[in-house]
Amino acid sequence: MDFLRPASWQEALAAKAEHPAAVPIAGGTDVMVEINFDHRRPEHLLDLTRIADLYEWEVGERSVRLGASVPYTKIMENLRAELPGLALASHTVASPQIRNRGGVGGNLGTASPAGDAHPALLAAGAEVEVESVRGSRRIPIDAFFTGVKRNALAADELIKWVHIEKADGPQQFSKVGTRNAMVIAVCAFGLALHPATRTVRTGIGSAAPTPVRAGAAEEFLNAALDEGGFWDNGRIVPPSVVKQFAQLCSGACNPIDDVRGTAAYRRHAVGVMARRTLTWTWESYRGARRLTEGAA
Amino acid sequence: MTRMPSDKAPTTITQGSRAEGGIGESTLRPDGTLKVTGEFAYSSDMWHEDMLWGQILRSTVAHAEIVSIDTGEALATPGVHAVMTYDDLPTEVRHYGLEIRDTPVLAHGKVRHHGEPVAIVAADHPETARRAAAKIRVEYRELPLITDEASATAPDAVLVHENRHDHHAGHVPHPNIVHRQPIVRGDAAAAARRADVIVTGDYTFGMQDQAFLGPESGLAVPEEDGGVHLYIATQWLHSDLRQMAPVLGLPEDKVRMTLSGVGGAFGGREDLSMQIHACLLALRTGRPVKIVYNRFESFFGHVHRHPATLHYEHGATRDGKLTHMKCRIVLDGGAYASASPAVVGNAASLSAGPYVIDDVDIEALALYTNNPPCGAMRGFGAVQACFAYEAQMDKLARELGLDPVEFRQLNAMEQGTLMPTGQPVDSPAPVAELLRRVKAMPMPPERQWESSEGADVRQLPGGLSNTTHGEDVVRGVGYAVGIKNVGFSEGFDDYSTARVRMEVVGGEPVATVHTAMAEVGQGGVTVHAQIARTELGVAQVTIRPADTQVGSAGSTSASRQTYVTGGAVKNACELVRERVLEIGRRKFGSYHPAWATAELRLEGGKVVTDGGEVLADLVDVLEGEAVEVEQEWRHRPTEPFDLRTGQGNGHVQYSFAAHRAVVEVDTALGLVKVIELACAQDVGKALNPLSVLGQIQGGTVQGLGMAVMEEIVVDPATAKVNNPSFTDYLIPTILDTPTIPVDVLELADDHAPYGLRGVGEAPTLSSTPAVLAAIRDATGLELNRTPVRPEHLTGTV
Repeated sequence: MDFLRPASWQEALAAKAEHPAAVPIAGGTDVMVEINFDHRRPEHLLDLTRIADLYEWEVGERSVRLGASVPYTKIMENLRAELPGLALASHTVASPQIRNRGGVGGNLGTASPAGDAHPALLAAGAEVEVESVRGSRRIPIDAFFTGVKRNALAADELIKWVHIEKADGPQQFSKVGTRNAMVIAVCAFGLALHPATRTVRTGIGSAAPTPVRAGAAEEFLNAALDEGGFWDNGRIVPPSVVKQFAQLCSGACNPIDDVRGTAAYRRHAVGVMARRTLTWTWESYRGARRLTEGAA
Repeated sequence: MTRMPSDKAPTTITQGSRAEGGIGESTLRPDGTLKVTGEFAYSSDMWHEDMLWGQILRSTVAHAEIVSIDTGEALATPGVHAVMTYDDLPTEVRHYGLEIRDTPVLAHGKVRHHGEPVAIVAADHPETARRAAAKIRVEYRELPLITDEASATAPDAVLVHENRHDHHAGHVPHPNIVHRQPIVRGDAAAAARRADVIVTGDYTFGMQDQAFLGPESGLAVPEEDGGVHLYIATQWLHSDLRQMAPVLGLPEDKVRMTLSGVGGAFGGREDLSMQIHACLLALRTGRPVKIVYNRFESFFGHVHRHPATLHYEHGATRDGKLTHMKCRIVLDGGAYASASPAVVGNAASLSAGPYVIDDVDIEALALYTNNPPCGAMRGFGAVQACFAYEAQMDKLARELGLDPVEFRQLNAMEQGTLMPTGQPVDSPAPVAELLRRVKAMPMPPERQWESSEGADVRQLPGGLSNTTHGEDVVRGVGYAVGIKNVGFSEGFDDYSTARVRMEVVGGEPVATVHTAMAEVGQGGVTVHAQIARTELGVAQVTIRPADTQVGSAGSTSASRQTYVTGGAVKNACELVRERVLEIGRRKFGSYHPAWATAELRLEGGKVVTDGGEVLADLVDVLEGEAVEVEQEWRHRPTEPFDLRTGQGNGHVQYSFAAHRAVVEVDTALGLVKVIELACAQDVGKALNPLSVLGQIQGGTVQGLGMAVMEEIVVDPATAKVNNPSFTDYLIPTILDTPTIPVDVLELADDHAPYGLRGVGEAPTLSSTPAVLAAIRDATGLELNRTPVRPEHLTGTV
């Protein structure tokens, strides 16, 4: 196994072009486990730890440009206001040691259906900026996950940035595991209210071959909120709407039975999380509205 | 070329120099700081120049004939020094086992479980060894699987072991049953007719793993005399030695063993793992050989706790008195016997729990199957039974409309009660008192997650995973109490040996304690020094590394080491003291009449009378002399259980713990947070109160793990393990660990050294059923299996 250590991003892209099968490694929290257990034996490891850009983030007007290697700890500490859903998800990643090393780029590269960042990215709205010697492109997060542990990257591409829309409303993230910390998701759910566009977006983890949005549930809820004028009147969303939304979220799952949980449980739990996260975010939205009105 | 490993050799531990530090004090562990700071040398840290790395090839199927093994490509790999299969074993003795020698060192003709060792490789790099092992071609022809009682005892069942000749073979009803122990006392059928209520239940107990953090590892160094020196993490050096030497074709004195740093055990190191394999490769290559399992292999490298199915029937009169109990406990022993016979004896004899029940009809048995082998784990047969009988107690109390604690107290055993085996409990048995104490503890406040800034999710089920802010969270409270035997039972010669030396070093009297006791974290090294200080009145005590240069200490298991090796150290110290006083009388007796007349003690480095008068300095008494005693020590003997009736004084001592569990359950998601696990336990005498607390907290948490998360999942269709990793075999983290208030009773057992009672296992028993009872209380669900998964609480199994 050759260990390639590019000193710059350009060198990294060149190395990846020369060795398309090279496996990029940054925090190593996924890759090293696979190597140690002999599940994977790449000819080349492409070490990205010398590329300082990847550890940086920039808060822009409408979105946050997050370097692929920014560790979860930094997201929790620095981007809670801009990316509340992702910060909550980051908090559920493994242990403090892993959170100090692992980042969203690796999560996307592995593209596991259980990746903790994915539901939050799907709900917030994000684009993955990838680059190769051929040039760069932005992949919408909805088109990024193409199969179990497969993503839309070409063989010569590397993930550089993730552009995540800054929260314009409350966001929540919930994850079910069978212990209270350090656990891989049995299933997970992210939800973001977008008052600016008057839409709700969702993300479901570990309950389908890829992370998915609950499209039908979003459409139903967006229509119901619109019809009832809820974005304007700030009233409580009727329980029947919440229930229907939760059922549609369950219906968006295509889970399997495995050692971590049954398909039936995953469907059920996603429904419960959908109901609760909608309630929490909507309560928070109403509270913020009242505060704004009070100030006015 | 025989040397100590040049790095990370076992360290000689010297206790601090305080004059105090005798029994009853919470002296600190000598290895504590090293372990917390990461400096302690575990067995996996050992290194030797020129050493090779051993690797084991394990079966990929659970039950199959081996058609062929081709090692050619592996042997041809550069850097490989040896490849061995069954046919390369050096002598005709090719099997080992704790009690029944049924386990082949390397598979012979067939494999009986997933992960069975088939071949071993030594190479100059661990990666080379691993790759070479992967190049060994094994052709299997799969055989029908035996996975449960029905498949094991079917008329046409394939025999897991053909031609059994072990001492249980003659009395078992089927060759796929390792051992069966009935216990019959009184007339359960007649007593059942007096019952106003009868409750029955079928219970399932999953397969728990010891999940110790230090994986199996050791270093075998060939010696000039043709022997071998094994540095090893184990629970019982001499038991390993007895099993290893015949297979290696060496007399026992040519197999030397030294304990290296043990990273936890909990029963999982009672059986051999890589000991023989490392020695075989070292003897074959003439080079030191180190083997370290990774976490994945560790799940295949040691036995697990027996999963069990248990059927119980209890009756009681309207006024709450138990009339009778019938039970049938089926333990899955897996492919090899390991400790199954003794686990059966425990499950049967302790199946009635700490209750007065005169009429019982009990049957316990262990199966041979193609599932992973099961054997010793903390609680050893008593754990499975306690889970079931405590569920029964709650059911009965509910039927009778009685408080579950009061109902238990009404039937609690006490000193003098007869066990189902007819054995009287002849030391304190404060069962009702322990229950009273846990019940009397203040309850943790409700809704602790509420704060001015919203819900504190760390206080809620799901924790930081942020699944509830209080919705659907229901509190439940449950109680349980258990009984565990201490020491090896059923007539086993359960002795220990201690060598104690006293001499003057650097102008100070120093005691040296040498035993073969495996320090696996229980704190024996701390307690031995405390005993020596108390008995010999010295400040300085040196604890020698455990090895086979001294007689056997027996196993670090069955809650027995403080009792038995502690007893042996105490006894040896007493003999040393007598010899020291003899020397004193010889040297100084003529100077003071008290030498001849008074009761003399050693205290503060001096010989003093019972009135406190100093007669001499130990330094002067021991000037130019050293006193050394090595002596075996035995607790009172036990008897085997009658094979038909189960009667017999089979146990040495009993220990008791009670728990109250307070849980909060997210009833919609089926997630559980254990808020508090209060424990009361009688320890006879706390030799080191801090260590006692650690044992009780540790056992409590291990029981919690069994209640809500820990289970090795074996696919019934393939008998293969589905979750051999810490990713999917979950053990409690600190966020899963509740507050554990502990109330320690010290009611002396007059038969035991200092009146002590074994501590380590009892809290593991009652913790699991207390948590289950609390979850039942919160949810109203029946919950007849453990561990409970979210599916069981949400109807989504």
